[in-house]
This record gives sequence, C-alpha cells and structure tokens, in this order.
Amino acid sequence: MPPTLLTGNAAAAWGARLAEVDYVPAFPITPQTEIIETLGGWLDGGLMPGRMVTLESEHSMLTAAGAAAATGVRVFSATSSQGLLYAMEMLYTVAGWRAPFVLVNVSRGLSAPITLEADHNDILAARDSGFLQLHCADCQEVLDSVLLAYRLAEDPQIRLPVLVNLDGFYLSFTREPVSLPEVEEVRKFLPPFDPMGIRFTASAPESQAVAVLGGGPYSYFRYETHLAALNGVAVYEQVAAEFTTLFGRNREAVESYRTDDAEVVFYMIGSFATKAREAVDRLREAGEKVGLLRPRLLRPFPASLIATALTGKQGVIVIDQNLSVGHGGILHTELLACLYGRPGAPPVVTSFIGGLGGRDISPQEFYHMVTVTRQAISSGTVPPPRLLYTAAELREVRKLQAIATVEREETAPGRKAADDTGAVQETADE
Amino acid sequence: MSEQRINRMKDLPSTHLLGTGTPMCSGCGGLEALHQIYDVLGEKTVFVNAAGCMTLLSVYPFTPFRGSWLYTAMASAPAGAQGVRDALDILQQRGDMGPQEDLDVVVLTGDGSAYGMGLSATSAAMDRGLDFIYICYDNEGYGNTGQQSSSATPHAAITSTSGGSRGYPGYKKDLFSIWAAHRPAYVATVIGSEPLDLARKIEKARELKGSRMIIALAPCPTGWAYDPKDSVEIGRLAVKTGVWPLKEYIDGQLVHTRIPRERAPVEEYLRLQGRFAHLFTPATNTAMIAEIQARVDRYWDEVV
Ligand SMILES: Cc1ncc(C[n+]2csc(CCOP(=O)(O)OP(=O)(O)O)c2C)c(N)n1
Ligand code: SF4
Ligand SMILES: [Mg+2]
Repeated sequence: MPPTLLTGNAAAAWGARLAEVDYVPAFPITPQTEIIETLGGWLDGGLMPGRMVTLESEHSMLTAAGAAAATGVRVFSATSSQGLLYAMEMLYTVAGWRAPFVLVNVSRGLSAPITLEADHNDILAARDSGFLQLHCADCQEVLDSVLLAYRLAEDPQIRLPVLVNLDGFYLSFTREPVSLPEVEEVRKFLPPFDPMGIRFTASAPESQAVAVLGGGPYSYFRYETHLAALNGVAVYEQVAAEFTTLFGRNREAVESYRTDDAEVVFYMIGSFATKAREAVDRLREAGEKVGLLRPRLLRPFPASLIATALTGKQGVIVIDQNLSVGHGGILHTELLACLYGRPGAPPVVTSFIGGLGGRDISPQEFYHMVTVTRQAISSGTVPPPRLLYTAAELREVRKLQAIATVEREETAPGRKAADDTGAVQETADE
Repeated sequence: MSEQRINRMKDLPSTHLLGTGTPMCSGCGGLEALHQIYDVLGEKTVFVNAAGCMTLLSVYPFTPFRGSWLYTAMASAPAGAQGVRDALDILQQRGDMGPQEDLDVVVLTGDGSAYGMGLSATSAAMDRGLDFIYICYDNEGYGNTGQQSSSATPHAAITSTSGGSRGYPGYKKDLFSIWAAHRPAYVATVIGSEPLDLARKIEKARELKGSRMIIALAPCPTGWAYDPKDSVEIGRLAVKTGVWPLKEYIDGQLVHTRIPRERAPVEEYLRLQGRFAHLFTPATNTAMIAEIQARVDRYWDEVV
C-alpha cells in the first residue's frame, strides 16, 4: 500500500487498530485527544471491534486500563502531560501488577506556567515507574512503535506496560507519509494477546496486587520488576530485527546517524532529533565529523549499546528537552552515569537544555553547540550546562514584562514588581 | 428479579465463606458486615479494593477470600471495577470465556474513599451505569491511618485530627442521598448487627443489574474507643436511636426498612463510645447532646 499522509496522532490510532486492541479507556487532553477521537470514530463506525470507555480522569483511566489487562484483554490508552502526572500513582501501581498494555503519551510541557506545547518533563517523570519507554522521532515510527510496544509488553520475559512517546504539535499534528501495514502482516508479527497467568474467572480465583508485609517481599517483587524490565533490551533487539524482516524498516534500540567516524556526537530523544540529523548533514558538508545518537528505547536503558556507540568519541553534546529543576538535564545525568569509568569514554560531555515548552532549536544553535564542544575538547574545560536561548527571545520576554509593569502601575500604582532573579544568558547569535 | 429467599433469621446462610485469622481488630464492625455480605454474594466474585483497613485482608501469600481480589489505590476502585467488568464482558462476547466463568464485580472501600477521594470515580461509574456492587464499610474516619476525621465523621466525635472539647466540627455527609441522586439501580444502608435486614438487601442487590450501592455502618472499637465486645450493642443502638437509618432506594423510591417507633435517646449510643466521652465528662454537655438529638429527630420527622 502506498504511504498515506497521517498525523502522529492518527498514526498512533492506526497502531492500536492494527494491534486489534480490545479495550480503550480514554480521557481527553490536548494534544492527545485526536487519538481517542479517531479510535472512537472507528469503534462507533464498526471499522474495528473493541470497546472504548471514557473515564472521569486519567487516574481512573489508568486504573481501568490496568484492571482490564489484568483480566486478560489487550488494552490501549493515551494521554499527555497533566494527564500523565494525574495518573502517576497508577503508573507505578499497574506496572507493579505486571499488567501488559500500551499507553501513548503525547509530550507537552508541564504546568506552571501552563502550556500546550511539547517538552519531555512529562514522560521523564514516569521514567522510574516500571513502564518501559519508546521514543519516536517521526510519524511512521509512532505507528511502528505501538506494534513493537505490544510485543515488548506481552513478552513472557517482560510482562510490563509500555509507554510510547511522541512530541505534541511537532508530531501529533504534523502530517507525514506513513505506510500502513496490512493487518495480516501485523498478525504475523503480533499474535493475539495471551494473558498467561493473569485473569479473573470463577473456576480459577486469583488474588492480584495484594499487600506485602516488610521489606523482604517488597524488595523481591520490585527487583523482579526491574529484572524483567532489563530483559527488555535483548527482547527489543530481537523483536526489532523481526520487524525489519517483515516490514523493511530499521527500528534499532538506539539510532546511530553518521556516528561511525564522528568525533563529536549529538545525543537526544524525540522529534527534534530530525533537526539534528539535518544539522549533521550540513556540518558534514562543512567538513565537521559529527553524528547523532538517539535512543528509541529509553526504559530499559540500553546502557551498553549507548556506551559502545560512544567509545572513542572526543565529545558528546547532550540536548535535554527537559529540566530537572535544581539539577539540570535528565538525559545528561543518565548519560554521564552510563559512561563513567568505561574505557574509551568520551572525555567531554556538554549539556544543553533546549526546546522547553515547544521552543524550537535552530540550525545555528546546533552549529554553535558543536563549536562550544570543540572548544571544550581543545581546552580540556567543560562548560557548565546552558539553556538554548537567544537575545531576541530575551528581548521579547523583557517587552512582556514591561507591559506587565505598566499595566500594574496603571491599575495598582505603587505596588512593586518582584525582581527578576534568574540570569538567562543567550547562547547563540540570532 | 427473582423471589426474595431470605425472609427469616433461619434463612440466613451459615456457610461462613470468608476465612478467619485476618489482621482486622477484634470486634471490627466492618469485618462483621463483610462476613455476612460474603455469605450472600459467594465466591463467584472479584473484590476490587481501595486503600483502607480491609486492604490488609489479603496479605501475600494469604487471603480469606475464596473468590478473586484486586487491590487498586485509594481513589479509583470503581474505575478498577470498570476495567474488570468490561474485560469480562469482552471475553464473553468473543467466546473466550463461558458465562459460567463470569464474576460479580464488587468494590470494597472505606468511608474515606467512598465519601471523599473516590467519590468522583464512584459518581462516574454510576453515570456509566456500571454493573457492579459497591460496599462501603463506614467506620466514620480514616481508620487505617489512625482514625483522622473524614467527611463521614459525625458531629462532635473526637478523632486524631479533631480533638479538644468540641470534637469534629463538621457534620456527617449524606452519601446515601448523593448516591441516590445518580439514580443507580439500588442504594441501601446496612449494619452488621441487623443480619436479616443486611442479608435481604445484599440478596436484592445481587439479583439486580447496574450500580448497586451499599453503605454499612461499621462500629470500630479502635477508632471509636470502646470495648470490642460492645460492637454489636453499639450497632443495635445506632439503629434504635435512629442515628443510622436503615433504608433503601430502588425504582426511584426511598423506603425505610426499619422505622424505630420508640427511638431510644441518642445519649445511649454516644455514652458507650470513648470518642464522645467529652460530652459526658467532666460535665455533661447537654447543649451538644441536645443538638445531636435534634438533628436525628428532624431527620425522622421528615420520614414519618
Ligand atoms: C493517595 C493516597 N493517600 C493517602 C493514603 C493513605 N491511606 C491509606 S488508608 C487511608 C484511610 C482510608 O480511609 P477509609 O477509606 O475510611 O478506610 P479505613 O482506613 O477507615 O478502613 C489513607 C488515608 C493512600 N493509601 N493513598
Ligand atoms: S480500625 Fe476499625 S475498621 Fe479498621 S480493622 Fe480496626 S476495628 Fe476494623
Ligand atoms: Mg474509614
């Protein structure tokens, strides 16, 4: 079938439809809503079997999702941002149930201030929950990842829920050519859900998710979950290889783009990696030996794949589209932990925070990051983490602040405005 | 709906399905009610539980239930019931599960969950007409965390967060009416000390389809500060004084299943419980007792 133009949201919905999901608990939130609306339309129109139910919150939605998976049906759900955090208690809970299902998250920056646009603080807040995580860079990958995610979730060595992440707006509402596999082909890749031990029936009563007393059993079950998640690296590689054989698309756990002879490598996740690819091509034309490393699989963390790919590099540029307030970039921290003490680990790892709340990253900024990193390599001094932010953006914020000050003066004369304590420095020329 | 089979005390099931040796306190009125409820509902059930005292019924690797159990979280047991119910229906529709394998889905939560944190999930479950039974054991406080006041706590009761000489300043929320306003299939109040009334209501609930909502007042020796041997007596007094009206809502009608003609003074109920001791010592707080009595009287004036 020739490729169809689909938004990332529609691609996610197609993933669920092709996986022949039985059950879709839902709750609306921008920019995810189109996914559940699309599925709702298909279910109502009889274009796919299955059942959708709209809950009154994401907390309930995740509870229903986990409970249905624990009763033995294939479950799909989707959310974003505030919704994911509203459900946070249940993310940990249903992962502990070892309930396999797929949850799509359409990334969106977290409140406050409230915004609709993308960054990764939402999905990364779930990184320790027990959900495995797949991160997508384009719309085709969204569809493919949903199918891969079911294979991972339902694998007998894993049995955990999986989050598939796509960026709000940049992917959710962007149409790209997506080729839709035939359902018969998908069935060869993804057989019907086998609930294995988990089910509730009259003849085989089951107690699930019971309490434990003391740290002994608690540690045991938590660590079992961890070990199951770790199995995910090998299982993912095998499943992705099968996927490539059937559908011809490479979906390796870690994408390496022109890294083989690269001296400096960008390291990031999500759709902005497509901008990095473009920048790598331009820089290569200018004679710069650069490349891009992008984990698709972030949980389990494919540490040795990443470390191996970076061995012998002179420098790594980590771009974090997230901010661990009071610490810095989350990917940066995790990468340093993964590289520390490994022979041949790159001596310079620079950290940039970029793309918060959907803020774009320009080609010039990619070039600038390489310049900064090259300087660090030659001087041996690694600069502190920096926010990608231009003088023009700072000027725009100053203007807004000026308007706010004037407004306040006019409406409440004499009231003092709080001083700006932050020291935002611009990183690149406009 | 089939004929009611439980008509007299001797019709009550004597199966004692629920196992013993649980970590509930001795004299737990919630457990007393659950024993009776389980005998009527039977083992073809899956209990979906929210955080509370009863969460400790099933502690790995033991359970007193012969049927199934799923612990969820404090706020969302009705949503868990939704997921289980829908999945059971899907499996049956698809022919992957015979009807003989089907289960009744039963939510089991305390008042903290039912009256507060889980109210929105419960309301939505009724909106969707979820086919389930909800059992709230109402010990009038957050028992498992040490009996802090909840919105089910009665006026003047001492709890760990409402001490002093006046006790809890608020008034017990009318969850029965809130539930009934959703027009579910069935709403009823029960209490373990009135086993016939309880069994008849649970039997009725079992025979119906849709959302069937039960609130069991659960005398709690630990949280209410009284001798465990008095649980049944306190339960009986809750009914005799009119503090706990036994009633049901069915087919849009509210019916009181027991109208105490000669109501005992509320004082008899209050006096037995340490949480109301400040009403009697060092001096009797006649004004506050009168206020509590007046509220009960006003309720029954409107009924009769
Ligand atoms: C989200 C959340 N907040 C708080 C708690 C702590 N907690 C556990 S049980 C409980 C009290 C529940 O009260 P209730 O529903 O009345 O049940 P009871 O303990 O009285 O049986 C609380 C507050 C929790 N488990 N989850
Ligand atoms: S605290 Fe009260 S409700 Fe909880 S187990 Fe003890 S007696 Fe029962
Ligand atoms: Mg309680």
